[in-house]
Amino acid sequence: MSETGPSSAPLTDGELKEAARPSPWRDVRVLRAAGQVLFVVILVVIAREMYLNATFAIGSAGRELSYTYLDSRAGFAIKEHIVGYSSNQPLYKAFLVGATNAMLVGAAGIVMATVLGVLIGVARLSPNWMVRKIALVYVEVFRNTPLLVQVIFWYVAVILAIPRIEDSVSVFGLAFVSNRGAALPAIRSGADFGTWSLFALAALLVAAIVWRWRTRVHERTGGPHYRWLSSLAVMAVLAAAGYVIVGDAFKVEVPELIAHGYSGGLQMSPEFAGILVALVFYTAAFIGEIVRGSILAVSKGQKEAAQALGLSPGQQLRLVVLPQAMRTAIPPINNQYLNLWKNTSLAFAVGFPDLINISTTMVNQAGHALETFSLVVGTYLGTSLLISFGMNIVNRAVALRGGTA
Amino acid sequence: MHSLAAKKTLALVFALAVVAMACTREEEGGGGGTQGETQAAQGDETTLLDEIKERGTLRCGVNNTVPGFGFDPGTGEIEGFDIDFCRAFATAILGDSEAIDLVPIDADNRFIALQNGDYDVLVRNTTWTTSRDGAEGVAFMHVNFYDGQALMVRKGDFSSIDEMDGTNICVTTGTTTELNLADYFGARDLDFEPIAFEENPQLQRAFISGRCDGWTSDRSQLAGIRSQWPEEEGGPESLVIFDEVISKEPLAPGVLDTEIELHDALDAVVNGLILAEELGVTSSNVEDTAEDPGEGPVAALLGAPVLDPETGESAPLDSGLGIANDFMIDVISAVGNYGEIFDRHVGSSSDLELERGINALWTDGGIQYAIPFR
Repeated sequence: MSETGPSSAPLTDGELKEAARPSPWRDVRVLRAAGQVLFVVILVVIAREMYLNATFAIGSAGRELSYTYLDSRAGFAIKEHIVGYSSNQPLYKAFLVGATNAMLVGAAGIVMATVLGVLIGVARLSPNWMVRKIALVYVEVFRNTPLLVQVIFWYVAVILAIPRIEDSVSVFGLAFVSNRGAALPAIRSGADFGTWSLFALAALLVAAIVWRWRTRVHERTGGPHYRWLSSLAVMAVLAAAGYVIVGDAFKVEVPELIAHGYSGGLQMSPEFAGILVALVFYTAAFIGEIVRGSILAVSKGQKEAAQALGLSPGQQLRLVVLPQAMRTAIPPINNQYLNLWKNTSLAFAVGFPDLINISTTMVNQAGHALETFSLVVGTYLGTSLLISFGMNIVNRAVALRGGTA
Repeated sequence: MHSLAAKKTLALVFALAVVAMACTREEEGGGGGTQGETQAAQGDETTLLDEIKERGTLRCGVNNTVPGFGFDPGTGEIEGFDIDFCRAFATAILGDSEAIDLVPIDADNRFIALQNGDYDVLVRNTTWTTSRDGAEGVAFMHVNFYDGQALMVRKGDFSSIDEMDGTNICVTTGTTTELNLADYFGARDLDFEPIAFEENPQLQRAFISGRCDGWTSDRSQLAGIRSQWPEEEGGPESLVIFDEVISKEPLAPGVLDTEIELHDALDAVVNGLILAEELGVTSSNVEDTAEDPGEGPVAALLGAPVLDPETGESAPLDSGLGIANDFMIDVISAVGNYGEIFDRHVGSSSDLELERGINALWTDGGIQYAIPFR
């Protein structure tokens, strides 16, 4: 679509306008416009037809299309939610819980799959035979088995096989793991967190100044800049000083083992872990292959030039190869992010309250299947477009920087 | 210049789109009317009941995961209490208890599939509720099983629900039990975490692994699952179902609201089965009874001539249900009366060994009370 804009530009030049016009049915501009009009008309007709069919079907069953049911009481409990929820709240809140739960899995999955995927991709090209082969086996195993099977495998064969709550594994009494979930110590803000955050802000400012100073020194003298090391050290010292002066900035909340579960701390349910691990391992295999292909696509001369400059293998990869590989990798990785996000819907298989799990419950209790699933489609569509939008921004940024560097 | 031309094209596109939409709208206005009319005409001419007669089979949406109600014991054929009701329905309409097409369906999708026309009648231990009557558009028949929600735990873990504060409870998604659980625990100020699975087999794995402390469902379902509990996991003896009743669960077969003829005919079958037990008509004596039914309610039930006291003439009772007058003879000889079906699949002659309880006839202290045939 975007290509038609620039390509039609030369045609509107004054000179061209003066030229003899061909008959309309042979005029490419007329044909192009007519084609677009026809396309839009067909699209509108199809959309209308679908809408009318849906309302007709609902009408003939004696009901009407309406979203007011979302205000009625949900009535069912949901075990995990990052937005507040109880069974007495309206249905739209339950839907929101499902959507945010799915998004949590999606966001965590995208970050973790990226890290693992890049590692796998680099490992696939490692000079070490062992590392190369392990990465190969990993990719082939996870890429060639159905994701649903993997989800169920992780949940049933791995996570449910962890010791029961009675035999909960304790890590120095600070963290616990059982097949009821994992509980880790959580850092929570204390009473004086606000005062401390002023110190933190000041630390950040000083660190930025140190960064610029080290950069200038480096540019002037050509000596090592140590800007990460020095600015982070300054920040850490100042923040720590602030913590000592203020006193109650943070609390560490250690989880406790109670009768049938854990209380306090940061908790992760087995269902969340099951779907997350499955999605990460599966998607990382694909991302790994994309990264490998993109690295291979970087001209061999680039690496040789880096070698000739005396860069270490790590520096070659980090400073020369990966930045260029990223340009090729980002569009296909975007596809993998979209896949991962949509695949969060497989959470139903392990009882994680995601969008699909909650929506099916809603449909069963309150009816309105068409309305509920239109919302589900809208949520997935909207979020997918947002991911694409974000990735486009990243793509543009990388492309520009790659061009000037 | 360029942007102006582009804007002009865009404006043209939209203008044409609007015109096209207006055109289609007008057409649709007319078309919608005819669509409505054809639908109404169809309503007059071919009902789903007629369609079933023409097709020669009755399609039933059933459960295949609950022993006693709808379950495949490994023979490749689904059997159970609900399946026998499907057979009774097929016998009443088509005269053949084998003319059935069983469509296994999970709890989540049972109403969508019914609305979609995937099957004619839903006989899948489904609780009759007002929302399902209204929003889901289901027309329920006479209750064929008065159930109640219960809670099952491993023996020795707990002795009553009141001890279950802070526990994890497994439940199947899309069931009324999800709502009742929240209400029941909420009313007692007990905290719990529901873990909702789509299917019983997944839930069973989680329960066996100790993921959840309790399993809640209809008592009849739990009894069925308990009866089939694998021996290597301790067998049925390792589980306890609490006596506490969490909720009322009247289970009833249902059809779409728009298929009132089918609803009325099948409703008569459910009532007829219960009435047959009350009148003592069984699968073993129905043939003999049909030959000499007398003049009373038994004759009316079996479609034998009944004396009309006003005219003094004898004629079989025609209830105008659109099925044969003597449909109950075939039905009872195929599946027996209500009591026989109950005993065979869930009662004393089955693994479930459920008591009749409130499912006993009203004459025996229960609440099963059929409408009269007259």
